[in-house]
Amino acid sequence: MHIVPQLIFAVLLAVAGYFIFRSISRIRFNILLGKSYEPSSSIPARWVNMTLTALGQRKMFKKPLPAILHLFVYLGFLIVNAEMLEIALDGLLGTHRLFAAPLGSFYTFIINVFEFFAVAVIIACALFLVRRNIVHLKRFTGKEMTKWPTLDANLILIMEIVLMIAFLTMNANDQLLQGQNEHYKATGSFAFSSLLMPLFSGLSASSLLILERSAWWIHIIGVMFFANYVFYNSKHLHIFFAFLNTYYARLIPQGEIDNMASVTKEVQLMLGITPTDNTPTDPAAPMRFGAKDVQDLTWKNLMDAYSCTECGRCTEQCPANITGKLLSPRKIMMDTRDRLEEVGNNIRQHGADHQDNKSLFDYISDEEILACTTCNACVEACPVQISPVEIIVQMRRYRVMEESKAPGSWNAMFSNIENNQAPWKFSPADRFNWADKL
Amino acid sequence: MSELNKVPVAAELLAQGKSFDVLFWVGCAGSFDERVKSVTRSFVKILNHLNISYAVLGTEESCTGDPAKRAGNEFLFQMQAMSNIQVLNGYGVKRIVTTCPHCFNTLKNEYPSLGGNYELVHHSTFLQELIDTGKLKMKESGSFKGQKITYHDSCYLGRANGIYEAPRKVLEVLDADLVEMKRCKTKGLCCGAGGGQMFKEPEKGAKDINVERTEEAISTGATVIAAACPFCMTMLTDGVKNKEKESTIKVYDLAELIAQNEGL
Repeated sequence: MHIVPQLIFAVLLAVAGYFIFRSISRIRFNILLGKSYEPSSSIPARWVNMTLTALGQRKMFKKPLPAILHLFVYLGFLIVNAEMLEIALDGLLGTHRLFAAPLGSFYTFIINVFEFFAVAVIIACALFLVRRNIVHLKRFTGKEMTKWPTLDANLILIMEIVLMIAFLTMNANDQLLQGQNEHYKATGSFAFSSLLMPLFSGLSASSLLILERSAWWIHIIGVMFFANYVFYNSKHLHIFFAFLNTYYARLIPQGEIDNMASVTKEVQLMLGITPTDNTPTDPAAPMRFGAKDVQDLTWKNLMDAYSCTECGRCTEQCPANITGKLLSPRKIMMDTRDRLEEVGNNIRQHGADHQDNKSLFDYISDEEILACTTCNACVEACPVQISPVEIIVQMRRYRVMEESKAPGSWNAMFSNIENNQAPWKFSPADRFNWADKL
Repeated sequence: MSELNKVPVAAELLAQGKSFDVLFWVGCAGSFDERVKSVTRSFVKILNHLNISYAVLGTEESCTGDPAKRAGNEFLFQMQAMSNIQVLNGYGVKRIVTTCPHCFNTLKNEYPSLGGNYELVHHSTFLQELIDTGKLKMKESGSFKGQKITYHDSCYLGRANGIYEAPRKVLEVLDADLVEMKRCKTKGLCCGAGGGQMFKEPEKGAKDINVERTEEAISTGATVIAAACPFCMTMLTDGVKNKEKESTIKVYDLAELIAQNEGL
């Protein structure tokens, strides 16, 4: 009979692993629907950037107090999860606190560190819940923060609190069982969970055993569920994508917008310049200027969408949003992700040629993309270096270059540049007149 | 004073067999906008006053293509860029100074991959270098001494290219009382003109961006709003008018402040 819990554990682990694998495969498939992208910077520079920005949370510290709370949750996540190794091995081997005996007093120290972070996570998550649901911090509101994104955020915080409470409860009961049950070897005292011991001290040994085992299973099943939840379709994916996204980030001046190579060759031929790129263009290959749908964006733009944790720091800094315009950079990222999920599902279900007669423009309106000043405040604010501006510019390109659909005053500006070499209607012959009045 | 009023043109210098160190890229706003032309003239006066070897393209200059690119017209942008590159390379231009952060950003970051490789300097950095090398000195009793001045960060200078300190260093020369707006440097609020907005009506909203920014500038108590960008200049000047403060608050470009301070 001893083998039964071990078998249940192994099956749960395999099932959880399988579904996580499926989710990751789906996300990878979706991201690779995007166009090619080559980060121009060197590999060492990218490692440095990732270390500072994702690991070191450089940009989070623009807001010091949330940064410290977030740091505790982040460290708590990394550190307390180290305990998962022991839990997994115990579960599979049918052992109990496998590392306690070999590590001795160092084990007590490590668990104390874990407990410190568990308490810190509970406090930080509780404050985060207060900030979202009682204080109603402005950046957590907005029209894109509909039911699901709001619930998603709260569920994540609640799950983290539950997991940490289970961990502490397990430890408290474990300590009470030591000396009463031979299976529970002495581990030394744990500083935080021992404070919970009075809650359970009147209980019988069998009740303690049930509580300890329940907490152990809630903790481990909770972790498996949480991991699946995150990878299924949660904003919390940033714990993983923050690293990838900063590794692949563009490390060039923020003001630079890429030059479209497909245009360069045509312009060179028009101006009688020998094209710098001599690879013959495949006339059969469908070419589209700009982005009508998610597949027209680069895979980095699509990874950006999965990296977004909807913190709203971008929208909070956006001059258009601040002055009441429809544009919200966060919404650009959330819409891109929602549309990408939709397109990915369509392709997997109906094949690559499936058309649902929808596009990214069904999610993001012209009014939104036209409101952007390309000021890069959103890009600067983003802790994981997402660029909503790139998507906006790509969508503008589609409207202007494929559909000639620009506001009338922009069309006038274009024709002025073409005819007068200035965006205003002045004669090029008058360009140097300013020097007359010196 | 006649020397101060001469503007060397690249084509003429070439015809005379003369060379120049730096090309002053004036930009469309600096060439055509009545208000911004004064900035161009101020900067030229400083260049002449300090005997800098420079030239302008005159009527050979053309739009960099920045507004077209940001509005989505990549084709028009690259047409402009490649024609400009032909002109600039024709004169063997190595170093370019510009009073417009949009021209600066485009020439610096978006021209190289199209064949235009130049060392780009924005006039704020150019002026700062002149101060650092001692060519431009602080006047004991300048006209802005003790005045409250607030500097508005241009997005295409600041966030786009990381230039935050140079303009502030230039202002220090005025011995004025520099005050910062709450949203400054990396958090600086846009004037509302970038990304092609200068050339269209704003989308509907509760407020215009330039008004929001001007209100913030006014709340510092400054009597001078310093700008380093022709578009910001226009937007903030309009904002001050909107708030009916034009008699008490002036918007000046860095070049104008320095030129006035030097009595040029």
